[in-house]
Amino acid sequence: MPTDSAAVRLTDLRLERGGRAVLDGIDLVVPRGSVTAVLGPSGSGKSTLLAALTGELEPAAGTVEVLGAPLPRNKRALLELRQGIGVLLQGNGLLTDLTVAENVGLPLRTHTDLPEPVIRRLVEMKLHAVGLRAAADAFPRELSGGMARRVALARALALDPPLMIYDEPLTGLDPIASGVIMSLIARLNASLGLTSIIVTHHVHETLPVADRAIVIANGRIVFSGTPAELEATADPLVQQFLRGEPDGPIAFDAATRTEVDLAEPA
Amino acid sequence: MPLITATRSLGRAGLFSLSVLRASKPTGDFWRELTREIYKIGARSLPIIVVGGAFVGLVLTLQGYRTLSRFGATNSLSTLLGLSLYRELGPVLTALLFIGRAGSSIAAELGLMRATDQITALGLMGIDPVAKAVAPRFWAAVICVPLLTAFFCSLAIGASYLEAVHVIGLDAGYFWSALKDSVDFVDDYCVAFLKSAVFGGTAALVAAYVGYHAEPTIEGTSIATTRAVVNASLLVLMFNFVLSALLFRS
Repeated sequence: MPTDSAAVRLTDLRLERGGRAVLDGIDLVVPRGSVTAVLGPSGSGKSTLLAALTGELEPAAGTVEVLGAPLPRNKRALLELRQGIGVLLQGNGLLTDLTVAENVGLPLRTHTDLPEPVIRRLVEMKLHAVGLRAAADAFPRELSGGMARRVALARALALDPPLMIYDEPLTGLDPIASGVIMSLIARLNASLGLTSIIVTHHVHETLPVADRAIVIANGRIVFSGTPAELEATADPLVQQFLRGEPDGPIAFDAATRTEVDLAEPA
Repeated sequence: MPLITATRSLGRAGLFSLSVLRASKPTGDFWRELTREIYKIGARSLPIIVVGGAFVGLVLTLQGYRTLSRFGATNSLSTLLGLSLYRELGPVLTALLFIGRAGSSIAAELGLMRATDQITALGLMGIDPVAKAVAPRFWAAVICVPLLTAFFCSLAIGASYLEAVHVIGLDAGYFWSALKDSVDFVDDYCVAFLKSAVFGGTAALVAAYVGYHAEPTIEGTSIATTRAVVNASLLVLMFNFVLSALLFRS
């Protein structure tokens, strides 16, 4: 068993896409049992950071340690390590030709030798945890956006992973569904003793459940601390992001804004 | 440089094919997926194969009778039909119909799985997407296309028999005996099965490769579907020439 108290440790990380540096000089420690919000405007590199945490993107420099061990480069070892990481994708990624119960049971059937009645019982428990036992036989196309997100959450939790990563968990959801998802994340994290990383730009919905927050902008971490410290900071860059101001240190695409202005009636 | 790009693409396709073979492990999930795919791409292709085979048999009989009657050799009609069907037309036309019906759907399904994060999700759950989504489709095609070829040829011969004997008025005894004497079980029938298995595997691999690597957009899926049909059809025609040259040397 790893004794490292950090669930995730990034050291002097540099991430590139197409030969261009997206993030550089990233140092981050996510303590076990915590809920960490990774905040930042669109295009700031949040999803790139997530890709590095799951081993989809190899760092150009620096190291990524997950659950006390460096991310392996070997594909087989990486697939094995991912069994300890639950990921809730922005697009859910539910297999459309499987029912809700089959989707949730998929990791259990693939990675365990449990008998079928036990798997069915576990699937029921996972669906009960997200309030969707009644939807077990439905197909993903029959679900609302919020329900599909909860099914994806149940599937990500199927193997009881010690680390959960949420990629934009609130995108496309109405305020009620957003509230349900955030309370589920907080409740599951506390009751199951997980470590959670929430990658999002929904600041006000996420900060109440987070223990720590980091803000990414302009290719680096511009803030790291508690949610209270985040709200109290005087950093103009962070303040621009928190208040949603169009002008400030975070560059906004001028061409896009001009196009929008032109499209709007006077 | 087009040559370098083409070589790189060929290498990537070769590595992808190897990864499909490596990912083919007889697990419970594999058999479940294989059964599902055999139904989806095999059983559901049956109507088009049956109709296609019947009409090919009818037109071969029509044209064959007109030509052979000039030489007074109409009794050899079933010989012409059997050899051309089992050696060339059966495997090739079945493969082309299969590509249009099932190859395009393999590319579209995998392209949509890519666009809707399903392939990414599989990898993030520690499940090899190639083993889960590609290998069962490949083996289903390898199993189904020879069987579909058998149906195609059977329907073509059946339709030809009806036309030749009941419409044109040829002798049924001559029809069957000439067919039986000219078509060899190993040299013609088994070779047709072998060619069909190669064509099925080729079609599935091409369709899966372009679908799996499609741009994750609607346009990307559409392009992948077109590429699957065009590339797989051309490859089948090329492989048919190579296999015919190798297998029918005598």
